[in-house]
Amino acid sequence: MPDGALPVLDVRGLRTVFRTRGGEVHAVNSVSFHLKRGEVLGVVGESGSGKSVTMMSLIGLLPSPPAEIRGGQVMLGDRDLLKIDAESLRQVRGAKVGFVFQDPMTSLNPVFTVGMQIMEPLREHMGMDKAQAEARAVELLELVGIPDAKKRLKSYPHQFSGGMRQRVMIAIALACNPDVLIADEPTTALDVTIQAQILELVKELRQKLGMAIIWITHDLGVIANIADRVMVMYGGQVVEHGPVKELFSFPRHPYTRALLKTIPSITGAREARLQVIEGQPPILNAAPTACPFRARCLHAMEICSQQNPERRAVDDAPLGHGHDVACHWSPPAMHEVSHG
Amino acid sequence: MADKSAEPLVQVENLKMHFPIYSGVFRRHTGDVKAVDGVSFSIRAGETLGLVGESGCGKSTVGRAILRLYEPTAGRVVIDGEDIATLDAERLRQKRPSMQMVFQDPQASLNPRMTLSAIIAEPLVEHTRMSADERQARVFELMDAVGLNRRFANRYPHEFSGGQRQRIGIARALALNPKFIVCDEPIAALDVSIQAQVVNLLEELQDRLGLTYLFISHDLSMVRHIADRVAVMYLGRIAELGPRDALYGRPLHPYTQALLSAVPEPDPDIETARRRIILKGDVPSPANPPEGCNFCTRCPKVMDICRRVEPAFREVEPGRFAACHLHADTKETAGATTAREASKSIQQGV
Repeated sequence: MPDGALPVLDVRGLRTVFRTRGGEVHAVNSVSFHLKRGEVLGVVGESGSGKSVTMMSLIGLLPSPPAEIRGGQVMLGDRDLLKIDAESLRQVRGAKVGFVFQDPMTSLNPVFTVGMQIMEPLREHMGMDKAQAEARAVELLELVGIPDAKKRLKSYPHQFSGGMRQRVMIAIALACNPDVLIADEPTTALDVTIQAQILELVKELRQKLGMAIIWITHDLGVIANIADRVMVMYGGQVVEHGPVKELFSFPRHPYTRALLKTIPSITGAREARLQVIEGQPPILNAAPTACPFRARCLHAMEICSQQNPERRAVDDAPLGHGHDVACHWSPPAMHEVSHG
Repeated sequence: MADKSAEPLVQVENLKMHFPIYSGVFRRHTGDVKAVDGVSFSIRAGETLGLVGESGCGKSTVGRAILRLYEPTAGRVVIDGEDIATLDAERLRQKRPSMQMVFQDPQASLNPRMTLSAIIAEPLVEHTRMSADERQARVFELMDAVGLNRRFANRYPHEFSGGQRQRIGIARALALNPKFIVCDEPIAALDVSIQAQVVNLLEELQDRLGLTYLFISHDLSMVRHIADRVAVMYLGRIAELGPRDALYGRPLHPYTQALLSAVPEPDPDIETARRRIILKGDVPSPANPPEGCNFCTRCPKVMDICRRVEPAFREVEPGRFAACHLHADTKETAGATTAREASKSIQQGV
């Protein structure tokens, strides 16, 4: 490791397949990444790019069948989560790895009070008694900025607004001081002003608690706001990965480059027409033998349909620690770009 | 581009849409959800008016009420010289071809048991006397116009992707050569790379056919791209309305300022540098809006008067309207206030 710190989470060559009546769907193809303490890894991609399935595979949240993990290694500390039994995995979920989902209404149980739902992991994983758990629950609700915390413990999820429910979800995810927090599109269902509140909250909590965060989103603006590193996924693979500033200022993969151009800016120059990425995302019915983006790529070459490109480092850092890209094509050097 | 001197094609005056609340054993009428509470705007022929706001602010209700998919509680909606709000059923039916809608969810707005060609032809069956051959020809023409392959004519909606389904919805809306189309969050359900395709299509069709759009969206950066003028709604009312560049460049209403500052920019350098206006709390319930200005509970610049008196929606600069006591002075002094606002906004990185 360049800075000597061991990663909290280290994923290597993860492959997940869904077996359906219509054949196999290769949703995650050889995905590798790692996560260090206190770091925010942003994961971007369109629907079906495999970003959520990757994260759910990590902690065994996918029902099997139809899902099947075909290979890889998921090291949390010194344990491989793909090798441990269901009971140990249950101990990991909630205690070591917290999860926040997109829709805060469907992920909270409507018939239990919010207090019971926050106290459940505390009593389950931390062995607290009722009084201790309640005290901690109040502390947690205060931590996520819910006013009048003690009283709100007795409220039901429907008595909270969307933003408040998402705060409750974050409180539950943080209850046992997890090493890793996985947030799957946590602000997508929220309005921008509420999203801004949640982004501020998460940044503050990360400073305070120092956990590592995986933030899944399709919104590049949110990534620019919160992430330290970014992983761009397409067709079940990591197509580009790097520190946030580098990746935004000099994207290497044609998909990343096109994606950044398709979103209109709220402050910059206004284009007469938006740039588009023609075509549709690929159907993943077989293990990839070619680049998944080739049909929509502006720079596709012959080799792209013959060989699925491997991730290669584009700077001096070892693969996975600096900026890397899975593409046969190389963009012109930076100074050429700036001169048109 | 819109002709500035043109008569407005659509004129909405003091539109109200209240939904009654019934409660208790006897289902007594105990109150109203004031989803839209006095909204006025106009849209010139060939222009796109963007209508933005957060969920529950009433923007979709406005879209539906002005096409009379709801019966408005009060107000006038003049489209092409006729007040839609008071037309009888038959006259309204005759008027329908000139005003159409593209819905948010292309999955829910297409009948799963009808083929693509039957879906697009349905308005033609209802409103024209075309023969089957003429209809088929028109369906193909429309499919070409929105970029759908003619081979797909006999397929069903589930065989298409989200972006293609939205194209079907657009083709159906275009079938009767409408003048005015309400686009209700037409891209919200689509992936980023597909959104741009649909927005470009809407713009091309507007250029080619001279369409007038009301573009309803919560995506402020997309609205900046597509709209000529923009109206910002909050809790059933319009907080601010103005030309696109002016509104985005120098927002007048504190809500617009906060809303724009909350949009994350896909640029880490801008994101680390800028200071956001973080609004406290949530949007109040439209069944029980606060007294005075409806934004007073969250406004960072709230004054005493805001909690007592509802600010009038008025022209504070030529072409720019706002409902805010900060801009309640005469036009001259309003200019001074906004200059101060602007320098503040710059500090706040708006």
